[in-house]
Amino acid sequence: MNVTGEHGASVRVETCGKTFVDGTRALEPATLDIARGETLVLLGPSGCGKTTMLRIIAGLELPDAGGKVLFDGKDMTSVPIEKRNVGMVFQSYALFPNMTVADNIGYGLKIRGVGKHERASRVAELVALTNITGLENRRITQLSGGQRQRVALARAVAIRPGILLLDEPLTALDAALRDRLRGELNRLLRALGITTIYVTHDQAEAMELGDRVVVMQKGVIAQIGTPREIYFEPNSRFVAEFIGAANIIEAPVENGQLLLPGGRQPIGGDANLTAALAMIRPETIGIVAAGSAPLSGTIDSVSFIGDRQRMIIGGASSKFITVDAPNTIKAKAGERVGLLIAPDAVRLLPPGN
Amino acid sequence: MRDRLIFAGQLLFTLTVAAFLVVPAILSISAGVTVNYFRGISSGVTLQWVFQVWDLYAGTILLSFVIAFATLAVTLLVGVPAAYALHTRGGRWSRIVEEVITLPIAIPGLAIALALILTYGGFGEFRRSWLFILVGHVIFTMPFMVRSVMAVFATVDIKTLDEGAASLGASPARRFLDVIVPNAVPGILAGALMVVTLSLGEFNLTWMLHTPSTKTLPIGLADSYASMRLEVASAYTLIFFIMIIPLLVAMQMFADRGQG
Repeated sequence: MNVTGEHGASVRVETCGKTFVDGTRALEPATLDIARGETLVLLGPSGCGKTTMLRIIAGLELPDAGGKVLFDGKDMTSVPIEKRNVGMVFQSYALFPNMTVADNIGYGLKIRGVGKHERASRVAELVALTNITGLENRRITQLSGGQRQRVALARAVAIRPGILLLDEPLTALDAALRDRLRGELNRLLRALGITTIYVTHDQAEAMELGDRVVVMQKGVIAQIGTPREIYFEPNSRFVAEFIGAANIIEAPVENGQLLLPGGRQPIGGDANLTAALAMIRPETIGIVAAGSAPLSGTIDSVSFIGDRQRMIIGGASSKFITVDAPNTIKAKAGERVGLLIAPDAVRLLPPGN
Repeated sequence: MRDRLIFAGQLLFTLTVAAFLVVPAILSISAGVTVNYFRGISSGVTLQWVFQVWDLYAGTILLSFVIAFATLAVTLLVGVPAAYALHTRGGRWSRIVEEVITLPIAIPGLAIALALILTYGGFGEFRRSWLFILVGHVIFTMPFMVRSVMAVFATVDIKTLDEGAASLGASPARRFLDVIVPNAVPGILAGALMVVTLSLGEFNLTWMLHTPSTKTLPIGLADSYASMRLEVASAYTLIFFIMIIPLLVAMQMFADRGQG
């Protein structure tokens, strides 16, 4: 189904910073390239500048002097949002309470002078696409949160935008609905193939939806990469801890081995290293019999989660080590176990942050 | 037994207070339909005073409504966009402007009128026309329109709705008409009723600004109290009452709906 008509525009954000009137720096000058048809996720804790970045791309905020926003190479910096042909889904959805669902979806088309007939058929198409058939004549106040989210998405896509911008579109929903809609949204975005910029603070959303993820911290881009790169090869302690669970270990190194209270853990990297800041993901650690791994520790606690069990191991490192073990292993708190970690599962982080 | 005594006491007190307030109104209204007030209702009931008032003051009453609706038109055209601008801009300057708009509520009408006369009294044509009173009424009623519209804007997150419409390609003017105004309707209605009622009943300002040919309802009322028999003045009150009550009822109904 060709819903957008094209695959959208490419976006270039050039040294865009944002300082608010009161002097707070929301965004340090940053440069970003987003390919045509790509889904880029801006991820970070609140106050990291991700929404400011989105609003600059949308045309709702002007970047500080020197910043530029280009769509398909064309400078859009001073073009207001209404002339940028972007579709936007707001965190609060911004649906018009004075219009029905169908009028909301068709509003952008009405503005563009699309005839009544064509408008109705386009609305019908989108209603079907977003699974809200039957709600066309409802008022916005009569919709549930999930239905509102779908209407907001349908409305944003109806105008065949060059770029789709989503500002935490699932945050206002409860957890179960969020998970379901995340999957739906993912399929829809893939089907549309449109350039999409998606803002979220939820790393699971970022992983599932993004072709690339931009991790942001305090107004600065911390790392840009595919979900795999961000997860397995974080370039800083912040990224490692923000994405998924991570064991961060700071220890001296000798002959390519971390010297830990519970033994020696071989690592890759430079043989002349004398100290390291290392990250190990909980699911990359194997629980084996004590003595059959170079590193060992004592189980402090076990929480059974269902698909896996989370073990907290003491004595192996100076801090507790978290292990996600298969749910079939039978081990109790107080037992001594070996921790089997492949050298390439130990990711060395630049020290200092 | 004790509870019933307390209840009876409270009821008696309430009724006394209510009577204290209501009896003068009833007396005044009844005086307007009595043949001779000093001989009491036994002198007979008549509508002659009401007709006399109508004959004498029909023009005044009409002008009152013209001014009230002109005031409404101006406060709508200026007040609603002003409320929108003040709300979306925000910041210190908006607060200052809001305070300045609100000032006329606190400043005595006489002082405003005096300032207007000092400044524009020299423009004879303008001074003699009803537009002079209109200016005074607009200054006095504007804060009520701006405030009630702003109160609605604060509850419906108008800024995000505006951004939503903008993202769909709507120009600022289009957004204002399609999204802002329809969603501010409860506040606009409440403000409109307030403006019309206040304008119809305004005395302080108007008394200073009026000329013999530009009188409004309350000025005519004062005039008739001062120069005619009590029955005529009372009949005037009755007419005033009949005109203003439906507006007050409508205002209350909208206020109730706005809360619900």
